[in-house]
Amino acid sequence: MTQSIGGHAGSLLEVRGLTKIFGTLKACDHVDLKVGRGEIHALLGENGAGKSTLVKMLFGSLEPNEGEILWNGKSVRVTSPSAARKLGIGMVFQHFSLFDALTAAENIALSLDDDTPIATLAAKAQALSHSYGLPLDPYSVVGDLSVGERQRIEIIRCLLQVPQLIILDEPTSVLTPQEADKLFETLDRLRSEGKSILYISHRLEEVKRMCDAATVLRHGKVVGHCDPRQETPSSLARMMVGNEVQAVVRAPVSTTSAQPLLEIRDLTRPPATPFSIPLRNVSLTVRAGELVGIAGVAGNGQGELFEAVSGEVVQQDSSTVRICGKDAGKLGITARRLLGAAFVPEERLGHGAAPRMKLSENLLLSRYATDGRAFVGGTGVVKTGAVDAAAQRINAMMDVRKSARDPEAASLSGGNLQKFIIGRELDRQPSVMVVNQPTWGVDAGAAAKIRQSLIELARSGSAVLVISQDLDELFEISDAIAVMHNGELSKPLPIAEATLEKIGLLMGGAEPGHAVHELEPA
Amino acid sequence: MRLELVKRPQHSALFSALSPFLAFGLMVIAGAIIFAALGKNPATGLYAYFIQPLTEIWSLHELAIKAAPLILIAVGLCVCFLSNNWNIGAEGQFTIGAIFGGAIPLYFPDFQNYATLPLMLIFGAIGGALYAAIPALLKARFNTNEILTSLMLVYVAQLILDWLVRGPWRDPAAMSFPQAPAFHPWAIVPELFPMSGRANLGIVFALIAAVAVWFMLARTLKGFEIKVIGQSPRAGRFGGFSATRTIIFAFLVSGALAGLAGITEVSGAIGRLQPQISPGYGFAAIIVAFLGRLNPLGIVAAGLVLALSYLGGEAAQIEIGVTDKTVRAFQGMLLFFVLACDTLIHYQVRIVRPKPAQATESQTEAAHGHG
Repeated sequence: MTQSIGGHAGSLLEVRGLTKIFGTLKACDHVDLKVGRGEIHALLGENGAGKSTLVKMLFGSLEPNEGEILWNGKSVRVTSPSAARKLGIGMVFQHFSLFDALTAAENIALSLDDDTPIATLAAKAQALSHSYGLPLDPYSVVGDLSVGERQRIEIIRCLLQVPQLIILDEPTSVLTPQEADKLFETLDRLRSEGKSILYISHRLEEVKRMCDAATVLRHGKVVGHCDPRQETPSSLARMMVGNEVQAVVRAPVSTTSAQPLLEIRDLTRPPATPFSIPLRNVSLTVRAGELVGIAGVAGNGQGELFEAVSGEVVQQDSSTVRICGKDAGKLGITARRLLGAAFVPEERLGHGAAPRMKLSENLLLSRYATDGRAFVGGTGVVKTGAVDAAAQRINAMMDVRKSARDPEAASLSGGNLQKFIIGRELDRQPSVMVVNQPTWGVDAGAAAKIRQSLIELARSGSAVLVISQDLDELFEISDAIAVMHNGELSKPLPIAEATLEKIGLLMGGAEPGHAVHELEPA
Repeated sequence: MRLELVKRPQHSALFSALSPFLAFGLMVIAGAIIFAALGKNPATGLYAYFIQPLTEIWSLHELAIKAAPLILIAVGLCVCFLSNNWNIGAEGQFTIGAIFGGAIPLYFPDFQNYATLPLMLIFGAIGGALYAAIPALLKARFNTNEILTSLMLVYVAQLILDWLVRGPWRDPAAMSFPQAPAFHPWAIVPELFPMSGRANLGIVFALIAAVAVWFMLARTLKGFEIKVIGQSPRAGRFGGFSATRTIIFAFLVSGALAGLAGITEVSGAIGRLQPQISPGYGFAAIIVAFLGRLNPLGIVAAGLVLALSYLGGEAAQIEIGVTDKTVRAFQGMLLFFVLACDTLIHYQVRIVRPKPAQATESQTEAAHGHG
């Protein structure tokens, strides 16, 4: 295996002095980077450090203002993504560019420049997905797939084009440990085939484990090249953020006698579409002061559970969801909020926030009813001053970094928008908080802040339910972990008894003493 | 070779603001070319079209008369369009509004006092709203396409009016002419300055509606709900807003304003029900709504421009002898140019050859050789 630290004469890709300026902001400031053949090269940095801008220039979606890109030692101009693909650069985006209404195979066909028949492509994609251990049904409709499954389409789509260099943007943030291991095997295999990988991640452990070299960006500038295997996660984090990332502190509590604030009783929901997961007799109680995590592989009913608990989809039976001791099953999301609950969905843009609306308007979106008196006058007139002040207060509390005083939600980076959305709910001190994927695609510093604030909310006497595919996160913050598999929820394991292995087994569908429906005779 | 539209990373705020003016300029240029092609002097044609109607007091009155229904309807349509409901049937709601309101003086000819006209106006608005409720309920309940249903209902409404004024409502004294009896004076919308021209209260209604709807959209929770549901339905649902409720609300507001425009037109400028009561106001208002950037205050300005195109068409017919169909041509071009400008502000055109352009020739070859 050829490995190079900081590159050598035979670098596949070399970047010299690459600069991109947006208005007055230098998103990338004379960035140098070398990626050798057969090398997995990590690109580290906080949100807004310029990683995305850099890879967009490499992939031809943005044009650099200055600097040079060398491919196989020769200067090239990458004018478009299709030019990048011609060169042999493939990219898997953090925010997927897939059409919901089309099948996986159709989405793949769309990105290719030639006119291969769909059936041929589907067969190729399926073969490739099996050989790399990324199972995928090419005829499934994207709209019905989970985030993790969508990512597989993106990876397969990229591999189909036989790239020399694959750029992966935050690939493991939605995968289970087992799935991530599979991905690492895939990456290992690609490396042994001589392909190079530019790997963007906030997960320092996996960078340390996987990557041969790392380049660290901060505020658009390269602050260092290093060999991650020689570093510790905390030394890497220090390079990224410029100071030590504060470890999350979780004081142990005893909550067994506390008042149950969120009760889910025998919640059953038929599949909403032919491809979605039904919920089967889900029961769970979250007490005051407690933070319960729900683990599970993407697409096992977590989204369906969130919708049912939040009231975006209401139930037939009002006792299936109880909030602060009151039956809420038949209530809509606004009524459930008025009972004291707050919700943070998985998708930030288009679900948790309206992309083209300002932050202050997005604050109003989930708070106009609960803070009716503060934000809306008697005649239905919005008190913009009060809303704006509250938005600024949240931005300050959560350290939301933004380009303008009150920018559109879509203009914020993922982590900053997530901090805002979480802060929007924390700001009203909800009695019950339900969060789906709190830190997906969020940088280390912001993620630590979000996790700490969720723990603090629980410790202040609220019931917090966190659905996440990030097991490290759940182990870090939860008092108990339940696992979702195929629409069923396991009994919560107290954190003291939970081990990675136990949770991993439950995620695979095995639970002693709990009916596993596939094993039941038909 | 094919053309592709590629989204611009950021669009120019300046050009977004200039877009309606650019569109108007382009329409004038295209209009000049059409006049030239018809063998007329473009300068004379454009003068007759766009300047002459503004030079006399009486024709300014006519401008107000034409602008009033356009503004009223377009203000309602902007509520629909912002909430992502494509009501194309304002012409029908206008017609039904005229019928509902007009029924009062026809059925109760002795009911003549200060209450008559307000009641007619209210009935007109109710009629338009009820008629708009049909496509709204169909969409809310059965997920039908409101573009088709609302458009088809236009022709239904026009045929109902046609039948009424040729049949049950025909004026016996009109020598079998297809028209209803003229409204009595209590059923007529008062003129503003009878000394100088015909302009009536309609333009005042239009301005009040524009300011009221602007306030609702810009300042109230209801307006926020409409915009969220229109832009991002899933986020709207997360916020607890009901898409169904918004569909009904938007159609009712828009139908009521179109109905009000209808009754104002027949009890103002026309004075009776007859088979033809609108030169396509309901459709031209779609242009007005977009030209006004879906902003009620912008719509006031856009409504005046479109009204000018109606007047100009009449003037050009008399002055230089071109067909009145040029009005439609000018209005169509205006909508086309507005939409084209908006598209090009948000997207750039890229030409894609069958074999995509090489990034830089020699290097790509090298890369291919390597692969």
